[in-house]
Amino acid sequence: MTDIAGNVPLPRSSARKRFGLMQYLVCLKGILIREGLRYLNQRERFISSLVRPLLWLFIFAAGFRQVLGVSIIPPYQTYVLYEVYITPGLCGMILLFSGMQSSLSMVYDREMGNMRTLLVSPFPRWFLLVAKLLAGVAVSITQVYAFLFIAWFWGVKAPPIGYLLTLPALFLAGMMLGALGMLLSSVVKQLENFAGIMNFVIFPMYFASSALYPLWRVQEASPLLYKICQLNPFTYAVELIRFAFYGQVEWTSLAVVCGFTLAFMTGAIIAYDPSRGLTIRKQEGGNT
Amino acid sequence: MGTNAGLRNIEGRTLPEADVPALQLTSVSYAYGKRQALDDISFSIAPGRFAVLLGLNGAGKTTLFSLISHLFATRQGNIHVFGHDINRKSGDALRRLGIVFQARTLDLDLSVHQNLAYHASLHGIGSRQANQRINELLMSIDMSDRLHEKARSLSGGQIRRVEIIRALLHQPSLLLLDEATVGLDIKSRATILSDIRKLVQNEGISVLWATHLIDEVSHADQVIVLDRGKLIANGPVHDVIKRAGAETINEAFSRLTGIVALTPGQKP
Repeated sequence: MTDIAGNVPLPRSSARKRFGLMQYLVCLKGILIREGLRYLNQRERFISSLVRPLLWLFIFAAGFRQVLGVSIIPPYQTYVLYEVYITPGLCGMILLFSGMQSSLSMVYDREMGNMRTLLVSPFPRWFLLVAKLLAGVAVSITQVYAFLFIAWFWGVKAPPIGYLLTLPALFLAGMMLGALGMLLSSVVKQLENFAGIMNFVIFPMYFASSALYPLWRVQEASPLLYKICQLNPFTYAVELIRFAFYGQVEWTSLAVVCGFTLAFMTGAIIAYDPSRGLTIRKQEGGNT
Repeated sequence: MGTNAGLRNIEGRTLPEADVPALQLTSVSYAYGKRQALDDISFSIAPGRFAVLLGLNGAGKTTLFSLISHLFATRQGNIHVFGHDINRKSGDALRRLGIVFQARTLDLDLSVHQNLAYHASLHGIGSRQANQRINELLMSIDMSDRLHEKARSLSGGQIRRVEIIRALLHQPSLLLLDEATVGLDIKSRATILSDIRKLVQNEGISVLWATHLIDEVSHADQVIVLDRGKLIANGPVHDVIKRAGAETINEAFSRLTGIVALTPGQKP
């Protein structure tokens, strides 16, 4: 090392003005690129994110097609194959797992110390968390489209315009589930505890929803489970995606998804606020 | 604050806010539940000074760093970085800070360039300017050839040096280093310490260097001694030695903290 003083004419930090829109965009771009690179570096993550829903589509749905008839319910105007019915739910599944995966990576980052790099940035904490969430959602949406591409060859086809129209729905659903993951990451103290998230969050959310069965079917089987499904925000994420495939907006779902996104995000921002929650404090209690 | 307010000139370079302390702590206390980690800590560091924060393990150094870097909120007392309250104007304070944490914080799966570019973006530095600065800084530590290598492939000393230039990417005015030389060989330790001292001398950057290695203290430094969460000494090295009635800083530290005197370089 010779001399680490720089000669590039970057203004001294104290002489810089407040951040403008351009700097915010630079920061957002940096976080997006970093998440994208991490994703590309983890090929097994990409493959497993596709294998899981494809197994459901190729094996589970094929078997269930014979035993579960789906009547004509909105947005479908005719009888549809069970594979068609289950596809929005599987898109939701990808977003759900991806949201939790992002949460897992935040816990990992915290344990490895990478999280501090983000948290000591001079940008507002809320902005950093939202940017991280957006990056996670961008990654999960690419996974969904990769899945839809393969499903198309399996004969599961939505109206062509539906693939475009569903993008905002995927984005909103991804934001809600990512924000939930972020909130959970603030309360999960260690990576090892994350298995509990699978059992207590992902599976109950997925199974107690309209992802696999229409709600009227659930109601026939168990009124209690039907109520639970109705309280589950994931149900609304799936319905929002389902209707969007056919160019329709399910307004209740839209309102619920937006509401929960706001609630989860607010919770995560509060949890990561150093004056309130911040898990790092709990974790580092012994390291003075 | 005006862009040129309080600037001074050292060797042709303009330096910021000479009139306000680089770092000022006033009656800062912090507790983990019932366990008091820091108790009524007050000190300040003048711009352009090299201050050594000495303390045994568990003295409260990392907690203090977490409060200064706003990872924890200051609930009792105040912390100002170049006059900016870390709680109220955390953005203004943080942009003046460069931080090297005790734990490694490079993303090992990303390349050196990707790690540095990510940090630059977290300070709003555009890619062109960032690349220019990254190249220059890497060249200065003779690591230009490692630009596209994964951080995982670097040695401990190289990772630390990359972390240090990462902390300097946004040209901070105050550099915090928490046990930056822990786990490094003698040569790497000496190189890093010497380079940081050059930064203070040539660039006028203020440094808070937390360590438990007494031989890292130099006669011109300001020494701040923490012991079990309390500030037990603060001042120029010779003052601390004199007040402790000792001959050397090693002996002074031992007397102040109540431990047996150590040989230079020995861990307390």
